[in-house]
Amino acid sequence: MSLEMLQNVWFLLIAVLWIGYFVLEGFDFGVGILLPFLGKNEAERRTIVTTLGPVWDGNEVWLLVAGGATFAAFPEWYATLFSGFYLPLLLILVALIIRGVAFEFRSKRGSATWRKRWDAAIFVGSFLPALLWGVAFANIVEGVPMIKNPAGGSLYDGGFFNLLNPYALLGGLVTLTLFVTHGAIFLALKTDGEIRVRANKTAGQVGLVAAVLAVAFGLWTQFANSNNTVVSWVFLIVAVVAWVAALGANRLGREGWAFIFSSVTMLGVVSFLFACLFPNVMPSSTVAEATLTIRNASSTEYTLTVMTWVAVILTPIVLIYQSWTYWVFRKRLSPSQIPNPEKGSLDLPHEVSV
Amino acid sequence: MNALDLARWQFGITTVYHFLFVPLTIGTSMLVAIMQTAWVRTGDEKWLKATKFFGKLFLINFAMGVVTGIVQEFQFGMSWSDYSRFVGDIFGAPLAVEGLASFFLESTFLGLWIFGWDRLPKKLHLATIWAAAIGTMLSAYFILAANSFMQHPVGYTFNPETNRAELIDFGAVLFQNTTVATFFHVIASAFLVSGVMLVGVSLLLMMSGKAADAMRKSLTVGIISTIIAGIAVMYTGDVQAKIMVQQQPMKMAAAEALYETQENAPFSLITIGNLDGSEAYWAIDIPGLLSFMATGNWTGPESTVQGINNLQAEYEQKYGPGEYAPYVPLVFWAFRAMIGLGMLGVLFALFVWWRTRKGKLPSGRWLKVAAGSALLFPLIGISAGWIFTEMGRQPWIVYSLMKTEAGVSPTLTTTQVWISIITFTLLYGALAVVTVGLMIRQVKIGPPESDQLETADANSGQPLTFSY
Repeated sequence: MSLEMLQNVWFLLIAVLWIGYFVLEGFDFGVGILLPFLGKNEAERRTIVTTLGPVWDGNEVWLLVAGGATFAAFPEWYATLFSGFYLPLLLILVALIIRGVAFEFRSKRGSATWRKRWDAAIFVGSFLPALLWGVAFANIVEGVPMIKNPAGGSLYDGGFFNLLNPYALLGGLVTLTLFVTHGAIFLALKTDGEIRVRANKTAGQVGLVAAVLAVAFGLWTQFANSNNTVVSWVFLIVAVVAWVAALGANRLGREGWAFIFSSVTMLGVVSFLFACLFPNVMPSSTVAEATLTIRNASSTEYTLTVMTWVAVILTPIVLIYQSWTYWVFRKRLSPSQIPNPEKGSLDLPHEVSV
Repeated sequence: MNALDLARWQFGITTVYHFLFVPLTIGTSMLVAIMQTAWVRTGDEKWLKATKFFGKLFLINFAMGVVTGIVQEFQFGMSWSDYSRFVGDIFGAPLAVEGLASFFLESTFLGLWIFGWDRLPKKLHLATIWAAAIGTMLSAYFILAANSFMQHPVGYTFNPETNRAELIDFGAVLFQNTTVATFFHVIASAFLVSGVMLVGVSLLLMMSGKAADAMRKSLTVGIISTIIAGIAVMYTGDVQAKIMVQQQPMKMAAAEALYETQENAPFSLITIGNLDGSEAYWAIDIPGLLSFMATGNWTGPESTVQGINNLQAEYEQKYGPGEYAPYVPLVFWAFRAMIGLGMLGVLFALFVWWRTRKGKLPSGRWLKVAAGSALLFPLIGISAGWIFTEMGRQPWIVYSLMKTEAGVSPTLTTTQVWISIITFTLLYGALAVVTVGLMIRQVKIGPPESDQLETADANSGQPLTFSY
């Protein structure tokens, strides 16, 4: 393959990794945000967290691989983006840290304070990234102030609050509400009893808010920031149609279909954003020459070729065993399956819980 | 402090902290897999108890390793973007492969292992912990290949047009002798750390009379692991030292604070003095040992070890004016802490073996204290090893190619990095307290009783054996 072809392939592959991330961690952010609202008692809260138990860590790896792939395939993009978005990324890191350990630690002790604190960590740790990934992508698509570094490379030339402009915040609300809905649909699919009913209702309500926000953001982006209007229209329409189908299926109580369609929406949304960008990866809103594209930000032909082989061989294997996990844990969970929900697995004998 | 110094401190703090969990994850996942295999093959319930108990300790540790690991991948871009630009063509590749080949494997199969006790057939369930354990080893391999490139860059060419290093031979990066030697040294150390953990915790529980028969099994596994790993650590360390002398002679000179090139160079076990090349006040030296470690010869011209002053002069000729020696006292002491604390771990395992042989059960308050704190020694030792490796490479970030000061993000402000370093330090400190607290609880509770081992079939709607 020619260098240009390889650069296109890697742009596509990174989009695919973000699709995987939005589809998978998208729902577990949503579930984390909904935990305090949909879980009315300990048994229910533990049921909700257990739906994520076997899968959240594997879902998060999509982010790590997206990061690693960006580093390997487009080092200039990785360097400029990560150093430029320093503080938002710090917030995301803190969120992901407290959230990950919270899943693991919350039920270790029965103490109500202990669990409340970790539940707060799960909520905040899910809420912040769900919002901030939207903010980050909106900024990338719209373009941020950038300059050329005389010593080589492009540099972000703005502060933290530049990133919190109205357009980007709208983008943040879009991912937030989409993920909450996606998470509610997942919960309705994976649980039984009252949580399932509540989750179903929540998905319907938040889903409508998400639809309004997403259409507004989508049209704004389409008209203001798309480099490939035809392709981006197609993905925008795919996302919208799939969302309507997802909400319809949710209303009919067809949870499996609802989840498939909301996943297609995630695919549509990420593809839409990447279609708007191509061939840019990080457009500059100020100095035009500072814009990073797949041509000036990429690795060499040799590196891209090696990495293509690796991706071609490993990705299908990963997809097979990760799908298998979902198959193994396909059964619905109900609060009655949680033995002694109030008891912590590491409560000491004298700490008799209520 | 300026942004560069702070960024270095931050990288040091977050990396050392992350690496407290890494060796325990690598070693313990495999030791748990071995104990579970013993259970599946013999059907002896004692093995199952030990598996479940150490499995739980392992998972508390694993969660911390995962979340602190994300920081590492992001930090290259956040704080070290010029480094990332310069080596991205080479360094990004093993990182991406690590994610694709091993993070998915570890995380997915560990999820299956934790929640799959009552859902998967026994042998398939056993296979999941092996898959996760192999994943951790693969992960170590790729990240060490990336690190080895920083110690000894190979398989690249410098492109003056783009002003960056470009990959020309990925095989050379993956399979150069630095990578291979480092991998085996790190893996052996991981088994040493985990082995000592098994020995200490098992002994503590045996002495408290909790599931003593099951803990005697894990004690044996721990002792064997520590002793074999101890021998392997020495052997691989020796191989690595000889490679290092070829590739980074300055690091070896700094490790001994050897200022003048000499034959029959001594190794000092302990030195009281200021290590700046002036005469030490007092030291215990073993003549020729440094020469032997570095070259395999005790005396004669072939035992010559180059000194800091000579290397400094040589590098000034080669790379221009500048300071080419690392901070000698730190490197000197880190090198000794690595060897000494690691070997203390091995001695502890040997001592415990002696005291518990033929079914004996030792007692004594001090032995309990030792058992409870034994893990700290090899764990601090392995951290010291990394501090030695990384600080000994300074002033380079990529040896002979790029200096650390040139790698920092040009946009990084002091305020930014102060915010992040304080955030990470406080957060990591708080999490350390929680994690250690939970591990102590787990040890106090001990292995499960026989009646807690039953597993129902989760797919039948029965209560779950394990839930979050």
